[in-house]
Amino acid sequence: MVPVTYYVALSAVLFTIGALGVLIRRNALIIFMSIELMLNAANLAFVAFASVNGILDGQIFVFFIMTVAAAEVAVGLALIVAIFRTKKSIDVDQINMLKG
Amino acid sequence: MTINLFLFLVLAVVVVATALGMLFSKNAVYSALFLVLNFSTVAVFYLLLGAPFIALTQVTVYAGAIMVLFLFVIMLLGTEELEESKVLPWQKPTALFLAFVLLVEGIYLMVMQKTTGLITTPVADAGSPEVIGNMLFNKYLLPFEATSILLLVAMVGAIVLTLKKKGGQN
Amino acid sequence: MDSAMFWEAVIKSLVLILALLTGFAYLTYYERRVLARFQSRLGPDRAGPEGLLQPVADAVKLIFNEEVIPAQAYKAVFILAPIITMVPALAIVAVIPWGDSVVMFGREISLTIADVNVGALYIMSVASIAVYGVVLAGWSSNNKYAMMGGLRSTAQMISYELALGLSFVAVVLLANSMQISQMIEAQKGIWFFFIQPVGTIVFMIATLAELNRAPFDMPEAEQELSSGFNIEYSGMKFALFYMAEYTKMVSISSIVATLFFGGYLGPGVERFPWLGPLYLFIKILILLFGMIWIRASWPRIRYDRLMAFGWKILLPLALAIVFITALGILLNMLWLIPILSLGAGAVAVQAINLSLRRKAYAR
Repeated sequence: MVPVTYYVALSAVLFTIGALGVLIRRNALIIFMSIELMLNAANLAFVAFASVNGILDGQIFVFFIMTVAAAEVAVGLALIVAIFRTKKSIDVDQINMLKG
Repeated sequence: MTINLFLFLVLAVVVVATALGMLFSKNAVYSALFLVLNFSTVAVFYLLLGAPFIALTQVTVYAGAIMVLFLFVIMLLGTEELEESKVLPWQKPTALFLAFVLLVEGIYLMVMQKTTGLITTPVADAGSPEVIGNMLFNKYLLPFEATSILLLVAMVGAIVLTLKKKGGQN
Repeated sequence: MDSAMFWEAVIKSLVLILALLTGFAYLTYYERRVLARFQSRLGPDRAGPEGLLQPVADAVKLIFNEEVIPAQAYKAVFILAPIITMVPALAIVAVIPWGDSVVMFGREISLTIADVNVGALYIMSVASIAVYGVVLAGWSSNNKYAMMGGLRSTAQMISYELALGLSFVAVVLLANSMQISQMIEAQKGIWFFFIQPVGTIVFMIATLAELNRAPFDMPEAEQELSSGFNIEYSGMKFALFYMAEYTKMVSISSIVATLFFGGYLGPGVERFPWLGPLYLFIKILILLFGMIWIRASWPRIRYDRLMAFGWKILLPLALAIVFITALGILLNMLWLIPILSLGAGAVAVQAINLSLRRKAYAR
């Protein structure tokens, strides 16, 4: 017997770590991984609530989130490769060409 | 302490530790590996929550496809390690502070919400492929079809973005 | 779960692992002997009668080899990589039944370790994990050749996993279940191979690519990469890679046998359940012979052709197969499936033929 609150708390902690990763890391790939971690935290909360309420819609949503994450990764990594080709770096601080 | 709670605590420690490992690894490959561990452990959580289908999808999609792509790109670009950039020195403390605020806010909300409910041992075929499939193809048919188009767009997008033009210049 | 069930699971797993490891050892012997026959040689016949002790001799030699860890290697990952390669090779067979249930020591024991309702998905997910070992070995060696081997292997496995998954979907459609035992149950009348022959072939080609076996052994192409991802490995760690490759061959053959060739089914298996494992074993042996045969007869495919084949031929063909299977089931005309899928296969073969011909003209 685990209270659902524990799961949600764990999800919150994971989400915070992901957000922290986006804010403090400069490697575009690691920032991207942190985004995946945040999505995953949301998934965990979805499944926990689906389980405690006995409604499966939460699991279906997780399925959709995974699909979106896969699509996002395909495009995102392609973008990172394209950026690397022109800038020879994936440090997000170096990507400042739009700065006025 | 019941066995479920014990399992939860052990796995929770692993999940948080691997997430932190991802965050603080200097080497991007190690970050990716920590994240793979993290995703696999979350898959075990899904099993405990009575969602075997989602758990295995998680392993296949996240650990088996997404993270392999990440590793592939990291190795292809040869960008395992980046030197510290000094562009925004005030960013790190601010970020830590904001993350702390976010965490406190999240936990405060949860305490206020008083979400109760115990997760018991799940029903045998609660998250079985049949049930999930029935829901997916009846109630959620339109979103399901929409995701297929989304995947197609992503595929075309990825190819267009990385395509090298014939004739040498790119 | 009571303790008897727990011990039952432990014992079954141990038996399976031991069987796989012995299978690996004798598969190397089998392969060398069969290859030798193909090339009019004798093969290893010195150690023991007919060379039967050759695997033991090889193992002893590899154990006493010197273990070298390159100075520039990422040590932890370098040591972990062979283990990561080995584990999925063993874990993947957990859902494969080797027979119906038998009565032993006064209790009924089913000859499956875990007959879960997501068995097909389990196989897919473990197969998709298998790529890590090779990639990490290639990266952690800190060697250009090893790295290229690892990268090739990643690209190849991701590409062929799609065809693998899609031909899996055809089986799931035919069996109307993801549970492996029900897939076998559904083949009581007719093997899925006869309903979906092209699907079987697509699946087998894709598994060859997943295994990095000839003719798809690009990650370890000796002539180009001087053995690729495992170039820096020696001694026991190298033996683990070797072991993983051959164990995977056995596991994959058992999966192919189960999905398309009726698994443990065979004449008289209802009355004598002990025949089940024997039938499965014979089917695995025949499939393994097929793999060795392919290795003996086909040269390695060029890398760009390999990718083009995976994406432009195999993937559309697998999609067509899924469509055809679904159509046949929907119209309730199972005889339509083999005809249409053979037609699709013929189109694919013709496409390969045309592209090769065009290349020849261009030159």
